[in-house]
Amino acid sequence: MMKTQSATITVDGRPVTIEGERNLLELVRKAGIDLPTFCYHSDLSVYGACRLCLVDVEGRGILGACSTPPEPGLVVRTNTQELREIRKISIELLLANHDRECTSCTRSGSCQLQDIARRLGITKIRYRSIHQLKPVDTSSPALTRDPNKCVLCGDCVRFCDEIQGIGAIDFAYRGHEAAVLPAFGRDLGEGECINCGQCATVCPTGALAPASEIDAVWKAIHDPDTVVVAQIAPAVRVAIGEQFGSDYGLNTTGQVVAAMKRMGFNIVYDTSFTADLTVIEEANEFIARKTKGERLPLFTSCCPGWVKFAEQSFPQLLGNLSSCRSPQQMMGSMVKHTLPAQLGRERKDIVMVSIMPCTAKKFEARRPEFRTSGSPDVDFVLTTQELARMIEESGLALNKLHPASFDMPMGFKTGAGVIFGNSGGVTEAVLRYAVGNITGQNPVDPEFEEIRGEQALRIIRTEVGGLELKLAIVHGLAKAREVMNRILEGSLTVDLVEVMACPGGCIGGAGQPVGRDIAERRRARTESLYNADRLLDLHCSQENHFVNECYQKYLGEPGSRESHRLLHTHYHHRRRAGAEDIALAKAKELGDGVLTVKVCAGTGCFLRNSQAIIQGLMKYVEANDLDEKVQVQASFCFEMCGEGPNVVVGESIISHATLDTVITAIHAELAQMSTGSVQAGAC
Amino acid sequence: MHMMEQTTSHPDPLMGAQRRVILCAGTGCVANGAMKVYAAFQERMQAYNLPFTLELREENDNSGKTAVTRSGCQGFCQMGPLVTILPENILYNQVKPADVEEIIAVSLIGNGVVERLLYIEPGTEHACKGTDDIPFYTRQQRFVLGDCGIIDPDNLDEYLRNDGYRAAKKAFVQMSQEEICTEISESGLRGRGGGGFPTGRKWEAARRQVDDKKYVICNADEGDPGAFMNRSVMEGNPHSVIEGLMIAARAIGADETLVYVRAEYPLAVQRMRRAVKDAGERGILGKNVFGSGFNISCEIMEGAGAFVCGEETAMIASIEGQRGMPRPKPPFPAESGLWGKPTIINNVETLAHAVRIIREGAFRFRELGTPASPGTKTFALTGHVANTGLIEVPFGTTLREIVYNIGGGITADDGSIDPAGFKAVQIGGPSGGCLTKEHLDLPMDFDSLRTVGAMVGSGGLVAMNQGTCMVAVARFFMEFTQRESCGKCVLCREGTRQMLAMMDDIIEGKADETTLPLLRELALAVQKGSLCGLGKTAPNPVLSTLRHFADEYEAHVKDKVCPAGQCKALLKPWIDAEKCKGCGKCVKKCPVEAISGELKQPHAIDQEKCIKCGACLLSCKFGAVEGLQGGYA
Amino acid sequence: MNALEMETILQQTPARRFEKVCAILEQHDNQPQRLIPILQAVQEEYRYLPEDVLTFVATGLDVPPARVFGVATFYSHFALKPKGKYCIRLCDGTACHVKRSIPILEAIYKRLGLSSKRNTTEDMLFTVETVACLGACGLAPVVVINEEIHGQVTPEAAVKLIDEIEEREKVSCT
Repeated sequence: MMKTQSATITVDGRPVTIEGERNLLELVRKAGIDLPTFCYHSDLSVYGACRLCLVDVEGRGILGACSTPPEPGLVVRTNTQELREIRKISIELLLANHDRECTSCTRSGSCQLQDIARRLGITKIRYRSIHQLKPVDTSSPALTRDPNKCVLCGDCVRFCDEIQGIGAIDFAYRGHEAAVLPAFGRDLGEGECINCGQCATVCPTGALAPASEIDAVWKAIHDPDTVVVAQIAPAVRVAIGEQFGSDYGLNTTGQVVAAMKRMGFNIVYDTSFTADLTVIEEANEFIARKTKGERLPLFTSCCPGWVKFAEQSFPQLLGNLSSCRSPQQMMGSMVKHTLPAQLGRERKDIVMVSIMPCTAKKFEARRPEFRTSGSPDVDFVLTTQELARMIEESGLALNKLHPASFDMPMGFKTGAGVIFGNSGGVTEAVLRYAVGNITGQNPVDPEFEEIRGEQALRIIRTEVGGLELKLAIVHGLAKAREVMNRILEGSLTVDLVEVMACPGGCIGGAGQPVGRDIAERRRARTESLYNADRLLDLHCSQENHFVNECYQKYLGEPGSRESHRLLHTHYHHRRRAGAEDIALAKAKELGDGVLTVKVCAGTGCFLRNSQAIIQGLMKYVEANDLDEKVQVQASFCFEMCGEGPNVVVGESIISHATLDTVITAIHAELAQMSTGSVQAGAC
Repeated sequence: MHMMEQTTSHPDPLMGAQRRVILCAGTGCVANGAMKVYAAFQERMQAYNLPFTLELREENDNSGKTAVTRSGCQGFCQMGPLVTILPENILYNQVKPADVEEIIAVSLIGNGVVERLLYIEPGTEHACKGTDDIPFYTRQQRFVLGDCGIIDPDNLDEYLRNDGYRAAKKAFVQMSQEEICTEISESGLRGRGGGGFPTGRKWEAARRQVDDKKYVICNADEGDPGAFMNRSVMEGNPHSVIEGLMIAARAIGADETLVYVRAEYPLAVQRMRRAVKDAGERGILGKNVFGSGFNISCEIMEGAGAFVCGEETAMIASIEGQRGMPRPKPPFPAESGLWGKPTIINNVETLAHAVRIIREGAFRFRELGTPASPGTKTFALTGHVANTGLIEVPFGTTLREIVYNIGGGITADDGSIDPAGFKAVQIGGPSGGCLTKEHLDLPMDFDSLRTVGAMVGSGGLVAMNQGTCMVAVARFFMEFTQRESCGKCVLCREGTRQMLAMMDDIIEGKADETTLPLLRELALAVQKGSLCGLGKTAPNPVLSTLRHFADEYEAHVKDKVCPAGQCKALLKPWIDAEKCKGCGKCVKKCPVEAISGELKQPHAIDQEKCIKCGACLLSCKFGAVEGLQGGYA
Repeated sequence: MNALEMETILQQTPARRFEKVCAILEQHDNQPQRLIPILQAVQEEYRYLPEDVLTFVATGLDVPPARVFGVATFYSHFALKPKGKYCIRLCDGTACHVKRSIPILEAIYKRLGLSSKRNTTEDMLFTVETVACLGACGLAPVVVINEEIHGQVTPEAAVKLIDEIEEREKVSCT
């Protein structure tokens, strides 16, 4: 009788088989021992800072389990007296300088520090509080940052750097002064943060959390003069139940609508309705571009984190972004446009509240281009977590409520609108429309399996009515950056790119319930949305009668002028960091007779050698004694990255600038300034 | 024309001249005005029309010339500026420009000795002619430091004449990689940076890795306060470091080497850069080294002021352009280091020893030292000893030998020798522990020191007299490590901070019966659980002093008294009624009006108000103020 | 760098100095891993690290500004606030400490009206810092002013050095 020898280690006396685990921690947890950790995250690089996962390895001493690779024959102990003491002391040390007002912390109940302290049986803290209270950063509409709750695990830093490729926050200072900060210690809202909030998702405490708009929404609900209209995103319905103890992925749509009605929301619509609308607008936009072969690939635009990222880092590709608004914004726009007349009320009386799985939506709602007649199309954005809290506050037990249905007409949707919450959902929905539009027949089997999946980048080739299509679906912005670079350098050609900032798409958004088993939750939510699609009678956006009615009544055709006015938008080039213009050569006295020359030092122009122009100008100004008259500044990013290097001389912009053209322009301007008329300039 | 052809087989310290005058140009002597002395020599010798060579260009000229050269640190820093005259081997101390005239007349033109500039041995009052005579030198075995102080560090030819780069050539042309690693292993050489890890084993581990790219890094980030051995080697014999790097690179199969040197050593940086440049121009570094077909490059990188970067993974992070934060080990750098490639990191001194081992063989290296810790070690002897400076002794030398025979004995605060003054010697800097009277006859090596709760560390030895408060010493080191903590791991970042707070409590008289047990428990946790060596060794001074000077701690905690009289907060000044004349001068001087008393009546100090500034002590003509000094004159 | 060289640098126009930053970046091939030598060179030029220059360096190296800030604040040598013309560094390493470096520090603070919280004089003439160890332990206690090393210093000697510098500065201004 043969027994296969497998590689094993011994954990607390018991053998555990090695089956491809990356480190001892995974093995120990497989053995059923849940070693506590802060800084370990399976999707991120190993950091090794929290020292909670220390184990005793015979012959090697005390090592971090998260960073030690498994080796057959190791004898590991997880619970010696020494280890227990070290763990307890580590937590005590953290608690000594932590803001321990748990009762008024948003993370109370789901905080890992709280949980570990309880599990380790900490009953007193014998070390003193030494640090000084730092102010809470509420500058970002999407997130609050409380440095007094930070345990410096670095998960947020690593997520922002490794998965999003942005690095808006990083460690600064050293030792006891070490802190996680945006560049130069500025506020989070000022810099390159794109508001995706994934940092808050991985944060074990309440140091980073979604910003709260609960109070404002209650105020609106209590205000007798307002009509509070809500819209619920697809991803919310398959996750909110987790806050009430449901199985992961349970679809509690009806109960949520019921709860909201009871709480005082006057009307509850479904964002999936405008998702269907988005599909129609965007698919038409796509088909038109594909037919003409211009401005390809088309990038989706419903993810506000991705949009801000593109504005900051790839402004040269903004022309390729779909001009469609997101479903949230289309809903806000349509509701405020159509409802006043229907209800006989004024626009200002309508308050639009969206329930989103996302923190970036809070930023999106505040974008200036989404204001009409002086008020925002979407007034408030509540995350799944916030809504759950409001439901709890109202004393309602979600699971016990009788379900209710959405209000019509904007509560009606097809399955295509519902799958928007998954990575690949938008693409699949667009494809369902395209098939119908191009071949004249709606797809028999609406499920496009090849588009679905968990991988961060999926490239699909397909064919619709003789039209070859190549599609890319990507989530996580570091991956997106790779794709952009490949597209820019020409090594990747695709027709459409769907970009979601959050892992797995919106179901993984930062407004969703969090937990250590987040990967499992995401999978359950994804499957649940596909099931919701399967349960609906209609699966293609073109089949949504109420959307078609919308066109008949208000919009006309897809892509019409009215559609553009209500449902489309434009984008800005953004500076990467909130830096002031650098004055390089200061005129000795800044008076009226000074000509300002600004050279763009943004990424695009920089890559086109604006630096050499700056240097050349510096030399020139000095060599020709023009210091008194000309002030040269380096500026971060003008509007026109495709035409760089860009230089502003006085009032006029010179594109594709060279040193010579700038110098000529300077002299022309100077001449004009001094005599008021054009003179032949000496050079 | 290959530079090796110029090497003679006999090293010639006189370099062809009849007499040679060597001035120490190490940082210490320069600070004391050595360059002015140098200038004076140049000027005077020119005035006398003494034929002399400045830059040693005419080596083969034997026409009675005197060569004036600069060297690196000669080790005897307290007595600088130092001037050595060869071949008589006279060592003049504390030379000033005004002395130059006399030296020239007496020792160069004449054949005599200027007695007043010689070193006077304390205790015997014997005037020592030179290094052959001075116990500070005679008791040492200066191998690593040997040429420092003799050769001109900026002169490649001199290095070559003294067997320079012979070992490197042997390593590239005559030995295989395995042979080199075996030789180093057999020598028993252990890392001189503090860890004491067997160097041969480290090199072998890296050699075995199969990778197209490997690196060798020289750790010259000597951050221990009180240690300056590496600095002296780099300033005095920079080529020895390069040669060591080349051998190491050859051993493991690396083509890129890097020296990470702290920016606080500007002279060392300058000398190293110059040496790299010269070696490159001469074809020693670069492509096809010694005709072997291998390429070796060497780069100098300056640190930016972070002690933690002396830890190898933190150093790697720094070289990669990141914050210098350590990374978990495993993986070890020999397996995955700089840019994920096999990397070995060795201390300056380790590399210098490696050169000698390859040149003369492991057997020779083992002639000195102990079986488990062979060879010599440099130490920086500072603090309350008569002779401070750089020394090099074989492992196995006792503490007594070092402190008394080489160091000349313990001094009191006023500098006089105190035969009973020995209190402790702190070894290993902020990562180390203290040695007490009971360890005076301990033969010092890596293992023996570990058993008594200390460690060799980088080799800083600070002698302390009876007037030193050991609790304050431990606190001083705690403050240092706490300030230098990178902040990554909880135990070091928060733990050292809390430990420091507890130490503050103790020296300020605010501790209670829970403080010491809590301190000890936390110290052990930080020691066991920290991510890197900084955290793991930060508690050592505290633990070591708790072990050996427990009663001093108890006095601070229970009695609120500092036995050594150093901790200001615990001083309780009082006025001796017998001595006090009631003149009232102290009352006027006291900035907080803590002294009261009637005229011509004995005065008294109010302990509550007193801030222990010592103004009253200074103002009293009758010596009536007590309790403000340790009483250790 | 001696006082004369420093004078020259201060009198250069901002244009010249910014050009230098561009040159520094080029010299290091715009490689992110050379961030530390780049910052060292920039600080040589400006005597500290101005925020806008750091942002420019970040753009030039294509690394996030938060990372450049993180590196700049980690290492003690990097100053994000301007320093005085004369940087007085007092060694507080073991040997110097044992030889009573602290009273020297206190004397310097008192003379210049500074403290650990505010270590640069209003007239931007002096900055006072402590360093862990300069490696000149045989000369303890040690004080370095710009690049000049002074050994076996006493509180009185330190104050005298400051007086001398102030005199010199007054003379050169009149």
